[in-house]
Amino acid sequence: MPTKPEAATRPETIIDVRDLSVYFDLGGSTLARLLGRDTGTVKAIDGVSVSLRRGEVLGLVGESGSGKSTLGRALLGLAPATEGSILFEGEDIATMRGRHLRAVRADIQMAFQDPNAALNPSMTVLEAVGDALRVHGVRSAAERRRRVIDTLERVGLSPVELFLNKYPRDLSGGQKQRVVLARAIILDPDVLVADEPISMLDMSVRAKILQLMLDLKQDLGLTYVYITHDLASAKFFCDRIAIMYLGRIVEIGPTEEIFAKPRHPYTQALLAAIPDPDPSRKVSRDLPRGEIPDASAPPLGCSFHPRCLKATPVCGWESRDLRTLVEGHWTRRSPEEYAHEQRIVGDLDHLDAGSKTAHFGRTTSAEARDLLDRIRDENVDEPLWGGVSSVTDDGNGVRIEFHDGVDPALRRDGGVEVACVLYPEGAEGPGPVVDR
Amino acid sequence: MRRVLKALARPFTETAGLARWMLVAGILITAMFVIMAVFAPWLAPYGFAQASSGGVDFPKVGHPSGDHLFGTDRLFFDVLSRVIWGARTAIQVVLFSIVICVVVGVPLGLVSGYYGGWLDRILVLIMDAIFAFPSFLLAIVFAFLLTNLVGGTVLAVSLSLSAIYIPQYFRVVRNTTVSAKEATYVEAARAIGASDGVIMRRYLFGNVVQSVPVLGTLNAADAILTLAGLGFLGLGIQSTDAAEWGHDLNRALADASSGVWWTGLYPGLAIVLLVTGLTLVGEGLNETLNPTLRQRRLLPVVMPPRQPATDDGQES
Amino acid sequence: MTTSEAPAGVHVPEPVISARDVRVWYGTTRGAIQAVDGVSFEIAPGETLGLVGESGCGKSTLGRGLMGLLPAGAKRDGEVIFKGRDILSMRRKDAYELRGHDLGMIFQEPLTRLNPLMRISQHFEETIRQHEPDLSKDEVRDMALEAMRLMGIPPTRYKSYPHEFSGGMRQRLMIALALVLRPAFVVADEPTTALDVLVEAQIVQILNDLRRNFRASLLLITHNVGIVAEACDRVAVMYAGRIVEQGRVADVFRNPQHPYTRELLRSTISLSTTGLNFIPGAPPDLVDPPDACRFHPRCPQAMEVCASRNPVDIERPGGGRVECWLVGPKDQIPAGGEQPLKQEELTVADEA
Repeated sequence: MPTKPEAATRPETIIDVRDLSVYFDLGGSTLARLLGRDTGTVKAIDGVSVSLRRGEVLGLVGESGSGKSTLGRALLGLAPATEGSILFEGEDIATMRGRHLRAVRADIQMAFQDPNAALNPSMTVLEAVGDALRVHGVRSAAERRRRVIDTLERVGLSPVELFLNKYPRDLSGGQKQRVVLARAIILDPDVLVADEPISMLDMSVRAKILQLMLDLKQDLGLTYVYITHDLASAKFFCDRIAIMYLGRIVEIGPTEEIFAKPRHPYTQALLAAIPDPDPSRKVSRDLPRGEIPDASAPPLGCSFHPRCLKATPVCGWESRDLRTLVEGHWTRRSPEEYAHEQRIVGDLDHLDAGSKTAHFGRTTSAEARDLLDRIRDENVDEPLWGGVSSVTDDGNGVRIEFHDGVDPALRRDGGVEVACVLYPEGAEGPGPVVDR
Repeated sequence: MRRVLKALARPFTETAGLARWMLVAGILITAMFVIMAVFAPWLAPYGFAQASSGGVDFPKVGHPSGDHLFGTDRLFFDVLSRVIWGARTAIQVVLFSIVICVVVGVPLGLVSGYYGGWLDRILVLIMDAIFAFPSFLLAIVFAFLLTNLVGGTVLAVSLSLSAIYIPQYFRVVRNTTVSAKEATYVEAARAIGASDGVIMRRYLFGNVVQSVPVLGTLNAADAILTLAGLGFLGLGIQSTDAAEWGHDLNRALADASSGVWWTGLYPGLAIVLLVTGLTLVGEGLNETLNPTLRQRRLLPVVMPPRQPATDDGQES
Repeated sequence: MTTSEAPAGVHVPEPVISARDVRVWYGTTRGAIQAVDGVSFEIAPGETLGLVGESGCGKSTLGRGLMGLLPAGAKRDGEVIFKGRDILSMRRKDAYELRGHDLGMIFQEPLTRLNPLMRISQHFEETIRQHEPDLSKDEVRDMALEAMRLMGIPPTRYKSYPHEFSGGMRQRLMIALALVLRPAFVVADEPTTALDVLVEAQIVQILNDLRRNFRASLLLITHNVGIVAEACDRVAVMYAGRIVEQGRVADVFRNPQHPYTRELLRSTISLSTTGLNFIPGAPPDLVDPPDACRFHPRCPQAMEVCASRNPVDIERPGGGRVECWLVGPKDQIPAGGEQPLKQEELTVADEA
């Protein structure tokens, strides 16, 4: 399995990603750059290991900002690796540059989410698909034309003559996606990275494009990396699924097992969030709060804990969570109560630093304690309180200290691997990693 | 072929109202001058530096007459001929300078915008410095230097005009490249293994030069004026090398006080007309090619009446 | 779904909005697009009607047409009765008064609808003052905070700028802005399309709660049949400018009468998908739509009559309306009209 060393030597592994990290420098605002302020980095991929086996469909599933697209792009060297390696046919794509890297791209190809944007508006279908050949040294125009015609037929664009000289603007969304796929397969690649290939299409053609991809896989012996936010299509399409959150894989395993017994609370949430057209299947759902956080300042401990419905006291509670809790409390208060309570604590901006200690209150410590109690009474089961180690008087308010949290690593549980404290260390796997 | 014709016809078929008339009027006026320029040897009754015909000298500052429709000037030259030959000079200079601008400005802008970094910063700095300089003053300096270097030829004047317009082409192309290089199709090109050179030539070039024709026509109008200005100051082309309206105007200056109007009126009129024509073409193109300004010609909506009897929302 | 909250049985209250035979056509360089062509529906107080269909079927045009937000050169007719008045024939000024106050609109991309230079408080002040100029600043603030509270936006964010909010929060803000004046009728045009799955589910839940929190009737335009099933009482399926079937969501989705509804449901990839189905071809060009039933070139069950006669809008078995010759009325089908239609084969060239 992916995190075990023997995976690399298994014959069926075609791409082996080890401890890959991709960091981006934040440009920041012009002003920040002029002032020379630190603009920070985003850990788009943060230590991901996964192996891709020949002939399988590996799904990378997550919300936007989960790093799934970056991981896909890193496989082609389109997103430069900061650390780690991507082994393909004994070579490390992560360290390749220039001509060498461009040659590898004949073997690993990519299809894009938005077919409108993925085609050069000033190239005809023949030029666009043929350019892949031209780039890789097929000089004869007749030869290119012949192979383009073959490939267009393979992706179902027939009669071919109708499409050869059309510009992207004359094609429908589904037809454009077929052209994008044609361009990807014309070089006869081993691996196709498909980045949300159906999400921008009209629903009546989504199934057609998926079917086409299945046919191509069958005919050409392709291996797919299927990137999507849609678990429903992943369930149908993938052999294995990796659920990603904020640059990490939080759960990975065979599709049947992931759907039969979703382990990570994030996986469970994603599953619960899929609207189902069958009105009889309606289940009341508890949804995670909030949205995927800023990757340049990820939460301490487990990065999913602020949204997690099953969070525990050890998940890494911190000052920002306190702010969310207080603000959530205020959405349930009357304007008068809010005005009163707001006076006690003042501005909460200082809590945004993301720290294990927090100062709370600006009048008296008694009033601050009082307010905390009121908030606690609203929901005594809120796991944040379990994460608080001490509340001490501190000048005009209180000082709240949080326990160190756990940043869980991927560990085997049944047929899958999952990174969550709810699935603790078994006989195998490394111990829990203490807070970064 | 049909594609090209269709693309050429697009400004007409897709525009409405004022923009369309501006374009048509501009093209007509400009076409007239282009015809004059191309067929000058046949259209002009005499050469541009011809002072006699069949052994008979032309009159000095002769009134418009049957032999000389626009009269003659103080160098015995036929004014009509010089106006027609002047069109040839003007068009030549404008074409040369635009070609030089495009050949230099577009690739520089493309490379600068695509690679970014220190190269971009240095180029932008240089271009901005040129741009910030008063353009006419710059043209005078260049014309002065180049005339000494290569003589007062069409090429020298074209070069000095290019120098002041290159920054505009550079800026337009560089800025569109900066945004176009973020497009998915550029990443897609990289994904099929295209090198930087291929991406710039085959993927970016076609998409970033689209604003160049508008810029070209608008600059052409400005170039005519600058050319005439240089000629007027005597820095341009000498009257024996080629006919040039600005230079003719300069010589007509002395005539004006003695009641001789024809030596100044006709070259002046030619300048005004050609500048107007080119400006109209430029503005017309701008309004048709620029989607934010474009007013599409929509066919009016006529709803057929319904069958009165249906009450269940059925269409007729 | 909250069937219990919707009006049921014989006691049918006055609808909030009632559209009859609405047409919205707009001009292009090629001719008039018949984007909405004879559409009728009603929405009861507190009811949510889902409007589904493929792209290019006129869903958005209908929504905008109801709000009077149409591009230049568009024409509309028919009638839309809202509070006893026809909003289509109303004077421009009256329609403007109505918009925002009695009629609300929620758009797909919230960021483009918020002014980046204005604080949230200013957005609320401007919206409220436009229609209620006499309110004091404190009253405006209380109204705004209440609307934000119901959307789960903390009051501490009242003075923030739009860019300081996440995508989901912005959409909540848009909804709060659209609902702050308590309009009786709201059009939501693909309100979740630009959002992530989990946030989408949150917004769907919020829309579901609108009935309780704001007592607003909602027209929810979406291409996602799953969202309709989750958040709507009734559904109208739109194809090529016509509503081909409408009724209670449970009835229509469990037992679709129109082949288009059925194929649309079948082509949706859901967790229970075990095989791929799709509708061949694409929605027609509405400049020149097919004669008679507009779905007949793509319909797997098309009959001779479908290509020659307009289908009749009839009562749907099990409640609602449907427009399909397969359902009836049988007595209006000419002799031999039930023969299967010989269709041209649809290829990829016709695909959407």
